[in-house]
Amino acid sequence: MTGTPVTGDVTEESVGGRAAEVRPAPAPSAPPPSLPAGPDDVIRTRGLTKRFRGGQLAVDGLDLTVPRGSVFGFLGPNGSGKTTTIRMLMGLIAPTSGTASVLGASMPQSVATVLPRVGALIEGPALYGFLTGRDNLDRFDAADPTADPRTRRQRVEAALERVGLSAAAGKKARAYSLGMKQRLGLASALLRPRELLVLDEPTNGLDPQGMREIRTLVREVAAEGTTVFLSSHLLDEIEQVCSHAAVMSRGRLVVQGTVAELAARAQGRLVVRTPDTAKAAEVLAAHRVAGPAVEDGRVSGELGALGEEVLPGLCAALVAAGVRVHGFGLERGTLEDAFVALTGEGFDVAG
Amino acid sequence: MSRADVSRAEVPRAAAPPVPAGRGRGTASGYLALFRNELRLVFRRLRTRVLLGILALLPVLIGVVVKLNTDSPHDGRGPSFIAQTTQNGVFLIFTALAVALPVFLPMTVGVVAGDAVAGESAAGTLRYLLVAPAGRTRLLAAKFTAGLVFCLAGTVVVTLSALAAGAVLFPLGDVTLISGDTIGLVDALPRAALVAAVVALSLSGLVAIGLFVSTLTGSGIAAMAATVGLVITVQILDGFPQLDAIRPFLFPHYWMSFGDLLRAPMYWDNILKDLGLQAAYVAVFGSAAWARFTSRDISA
Repeated sequence: MTGTPVTGDVTEESVGGRAAEVRPAPAPSAPPPSLPAGPDDVIRTRGLTKRFRGGQLAVDGLDLTVPRGSVFGFLGPNGSGKTTTIRMLMGLIAPTSGTASVLGASMPQSVATVLPRVGALIEGPALYGFLTGRDNLDRFDAADPTADPRTRRQRVEAALERVGLSAAAGKKARAYSLGMKQRLGLASALLRPRELLVLDEPTNGLDPQGMREIRTLVREVAAEGTTVFLSSHLLDEIEQVCSHAAVMSRGRLVVQGTVAELAARAQGRLVVRTPDTAKAAEVLAAHRVAGPAVEDGRVSGELGALGEEVLPGLCAALVAAGVRVHGFGLERGTLEDAFVALTGEGFDVAG
Repeated sequence: MSRADVSRAEVPRAAAPPVPAGRGRGTASGYLALFRNELRLVFRRLRTRVLLGILALLPVLIGVVVKLNTDSPHDGRGPSFIAQTTQNGVFLIFTALAVALPVFLPMTVGVVAGDAVAGESAAGTLRYLLVAPAGRTRLLAAKFTAGLVFCLAGTVVVTLSALAAGAVLFPLGDVTLISGDTIGLVDALPRAALVAAVVALSLSGLVAIGLFVSTLTGSGIAAMAATVGLVITVQILDGFPQLDAIRPFLFPHYWMSFGDLLRAPMYWDNILKDLGLQAAYVAVFGSAAWARFTSRDISA
């Protein structure tokens, strides 16, 4: 697409390969393009790689930095390596090469000291169907050797209350709906105050109401100072709750930065709504608007370097050419546009 | 389901700083909590209760069959205690253990031990235990402990059920030991408890084997079937005199030696061999399970 300038400290890698990292050195005045090595990074990976026994490269040289206090969206289509990355961060699988540190300690070596401070929901909830919701939480809390057994009952009740499951806490978990299971999983992640909350696709399989509830909860937890690392394949979800985001594609990190920066990378498109699409396209082309696309009743194009100053002139030119202009304006870029621009592929691959 | 009825209540914002800076290390009671919880988990399972129920039924069945056949002369086959059972109900304990030990007890133990890790893996709960973080060694130790307790529970169930059935169906009285000596009922019951303890310990090697198999697969059913299949195979191999060279190293080889406790004085040679063999199996397969489980990628 267009040569969008790299803004801020957004690091970029072409999907093509590592060679793309060799770029012209930035102007001396510009800040260094790499992310600052803040001591307060909650998650930090360097060259993190996982190759499965079959030879499949699931995660390829990941350099991820999650600043403390952020709500970090980890985006990517299904199968792009998000869950494998999360499993490596949680010490469930060992990286083939590279390093990962969580809360300042390297993983998987430091699971015993790090994970009590981390709440996690990984690849959907998993429960003991023959135990009640309350007893499920009891078990997961008992699994943490640093959790105080004397406060267990009380913390379990608080977590149930928090996700709105108090009324159903005595029911066997196998009788729970998917939404209730998801919330019980969240409750187990919230059994203790956490410094980091890792949520892998927390709204998967939920209805819109359930999604809203989860988002509200995420915002609350974040407001209390917990860093939230949220993976999703739903862009609007990330846009709604996240301050930062990273995009994965086929095992590689495509981009990371603040959501505002990422969305800014997606250029707004000029959209003209008109029945006279052919004539309008001609006029736009004549005014050097790039990539005109004609759809039913609308013509769109990229302003590129032209800037917004040309808009009044363009509008006048359209009217002068006899185009019946029903609508004329810029459509804001979305994260999805940014993603498509970065990877050249559709986003919601497998839904 | 209507989600409105359980919609989240207003959550007051925590005023206190949410995340304490320093977290204390685990306490002993925190460490042991998983062991207690594991026991509760095992014995709350319907499956475990059914298995124990079958084990409880077994001595009753044997007792009834023996009672019905009291009139027909004993033809010399079957466990050697059956003949005495008709004279003394206490012997139903030993008969029942002798019948349960080769097949029923190891089968139930195979189910429980084989499913221990693989079942959690299949259900996905394993990943949540590990990120809690349960600690892989601690989790394995808790599973092993629960397996041993199940062995004890199974043996105790058989023993008590046999004692009850024996008391109801047959006369109780002085016990004539295999060596010909006679001891009183009061002395016989501690001996029965000792026998039960030895039988339970005889199964410890199998718990370790089952646990190891359980770390190899992500399917609980496969692990259970493999463990039970292994028990049967090894029992069959133990029956071949041609395999004399390896038979003393097969884990069920000395199982039936518990009868030696019914002599006066007790004859410990084979029992000590049995317990030593079980210890060796626990060491070898316990280490193998540990090595496998602590290095394995958990991707289920």
